[in-house]
Amino acid sequence: MLEVKGLHATVDGKEILKGLDLVVRAGEVHAIMGPNGSGKSTLSHVIAGREGYTASAGTVLFDGRDLLELEPEVRACEGIFLGFQYPVEIPGVSNLTLLKAALNARRKHRGLPEIEATDFLAWVRDRARLVKIDPKMLSRGVNEGFSGGEKKRNEILQMLILEPRLMILDETDSGLDIDALKIVADGINTLRSPERATILVTHYQRLLDYVRPDHVHVLAGGRIVRSGGPELALELEQKGYAWLEAA
Amino acid sequence: MATQPQDIQELMRRREYSAGFVTSIESDTIAPGLSEDVIRLISARKQEPEWLLEFRLKAYRRWLKMEQPKWAQVHYPPIDYQAISYYSQPKSHKDGPKSLDEVDPKLLETYKKLGIPLKEQEMLAGVAMDVVFDSVSVATTFKKKLGEAGVIFCPISEAVHEHPDLVRKYLGSVVPFGDNFYAALNSAVFTDGSFVFIPKGVRCPMELSTYFRINERNTGQFERTLIIAEEGAYVSYLEGCTAPQRDENQLHAAVVELVTLDDAQIKYSTVQNWYPGDEEGRGGIYNFVTKRGDCRGRRSKISWTQVETGSAITWKYPSCILRGDDSVGEFYSVALTHHRQQADTGTKMIHVGKNTRSTIVSKGISAGHGQQSYRGLVRVLESAENARNHTQCDSLLIGDRCGAHTFPYTEVRNPSARLEHEATTSKIAEDQLYYCRTRGIAEEEAVSMIVNGFCKDVFKELPMEFAVEAGKLLAVSLEGAVG
Repeated sequence: MLEVKGLHATVDGKEILKGLDLVVRAGEVHAIMGPNGSGKSTLSHVIAGREGYTASAGTVLFDGRDLLELEPEVRACEGIFLGFQYPVEIPGVSNLTLLKAALNARRKHRGLPEIEATDFLAWVRDRARLVKIDPKMLSRGVNEGFSGGEKKRNEILQMLILEPRLMILDETDSGLDIDALKIVADGINTLRSPERATILVTHYQRLLDYVRPDHVHVLAGGRIVRSGGPELALELEQKGYAWLEAA
Repeated sequence: MATQPQDIQELMRRREYSAGFVTSIESDTIAPGLSEDVIRLISARKQEPEWLLEFRLKAYRRWLKMEQPKWAQVHYPPIDYQAISYYSQPKSHKDGPKSLDEVDPKLLETYKKLGIPLKEQEMLAGVAMDVVFDSVSVATTFKKKLGEAGVIFCPISEAVHEHPDLVRKYLGSVVPFGDNFYAALNSAVFTDGSFVFIPKGVRCPMELSTYFRINERNTGQFERTLIIAEEGAYVSYLEGCTAPQRDENQLHAAVVELVTLDDAQIKYSTVQNWYPGDEEGRGGIYNFVTKRGDCRGRRSKISWTQVETGSAITWKYPSCILRGDDSVGEFYSVALTHHRQQADTGTKMIHVGKNTRSTIVSKGISAGHGQQSYRGLVRVLESAENARNHTQCDSLLIGDRCGAHTFPYTEVRNPSARLEHEATTSKIAEDQLYYCRTRGIAEEEAVSMIVNGFCKDVFKELPMEFAVEAGKLLAVSLEGAVG
């Protein structure tokens, strides 16, 4: 589904990714771990298409297509979803407005008519229950006045509603208490299917207790320095990253 | 339309370079220039009573001694008032475009985006229409309905003849003939506008809109509108086309006067989208408008709601004089400046009576090289015991070449007054746009979504169908603002 080859990327002229390779197949869950500043978030944003995150060499293919050529909104409509580490507040624009626009953009991309208002509300209510978000909150501005945990759950809610094929969650687990963490994990597992793939960017093992990854990668110095199964995450939990960085 | 001068400079240039221009003017237009003779001629053509001619002449004489105001934060070349023609009959059908094929395609594109029906597009573009079944029948039913309620709604030139006592009593009673430079000019040369009278105890059975009036007659560049709501009366008045309207008259100096007696209420909504000029700032309307409401009666209320997206320059301060005890004034405004547009707009709330309350909500949006100033005065007189004002003044910037300025003035002469002022300036942040885009929403749609969110507090004051169109209008006006 996603094929990253020899990716070099710069942010503000500084090279952060230095020859990264990653292959994610449909149905797989990949965890990307690594110390601060290793390039985990940069990888997420290069895939999502953030301005200023420039690929200087290498390729990123999504379903065999050159992803780097596409505008961020087109990538989203093609099925890529990025859950933000710091979800953005948009005062005055209600969550429902954003969700409806996002859903309809996807439908338009696929040549489908706009969703009926009643179907939309029913769908949102159904999904909000999964992440324990009061539907009333959705009439408020996007993330406006939401607590840190609510913002993260809201990211998962958006994902559940939009049903992407490739979910990239950038430290969605950080700053969550155990109850919120379970809710987030449930959300991810709900969408887990043979047609979808997930990339979990995380610092900690604890999310992986609830969402069991197929592959674990360690990113350090802009490259993947080690890959393995779920046991690698446990090893990292015990030993830290220093032994890998030194290697 | 293409043969009309595009702006005042163009007008002046033509005058300079083609001496024959003046004489070649068709018979329904008075030659450019302003003098007492011209005013007498206007008055004579309209067969006006002597008192109205006197009103015009007094205004003109005062105007001659006045100077164009310079305090506003707007810049434009000097206007040659002698280069303007002050009386022009509506274009006859033969001058207008014969069909939509002859209308500027860019304009039609905009109409299409706004979802305006074809018939309406023709009307807005000034296409000659000999028979329009729909609007004729609509106009007739609505006239009958208003007549039964005792509501008068007609061109002010007609009211001068049909209801002279009312016009004479109220005209210039809110905006005196020498109030300011542009109001004086308007008082001297106004050609037409609307007259509305809602008698005691009547709630106007429908929202009144200039749309119906335009069907009858084109409004001129110096419109004069007078609305009177007697004791306990209510009216909601909608002004302006919700479609972009290219107007051949480039200087637009209107006066609007509102009067509410005891317990009466007037809600006045404007969606202004005159031609704003092109990307480089060529052409466009100079919109210098004086709008004022007089809450003369106790417990009366006047609300101004405006959405200003057009005009090269906007100079406009819809105001309320809260004379009656317990009267209420409101001002809700969205102003948008894009490209080279300039707007200096706001309001004045003059608290005279006891327990008077006013609310000001101003939302300014600047994009491109647009420059915008909010200028608001809250004045509490000694007599205004327990006056209240709340002002909320927010600016939104798109890009880094535009500007927003705020000039709030307060004058309080009664210690019991309570005034609150909140102001914010924000930018549409790059991370907000990126966030929307990662959800699949294209950049322009995201901008329009964020802007609409920003304007929500004002849009909810507009009648529903207006609010929808205002939202679309903002989106169209902001096209190309980012990226």
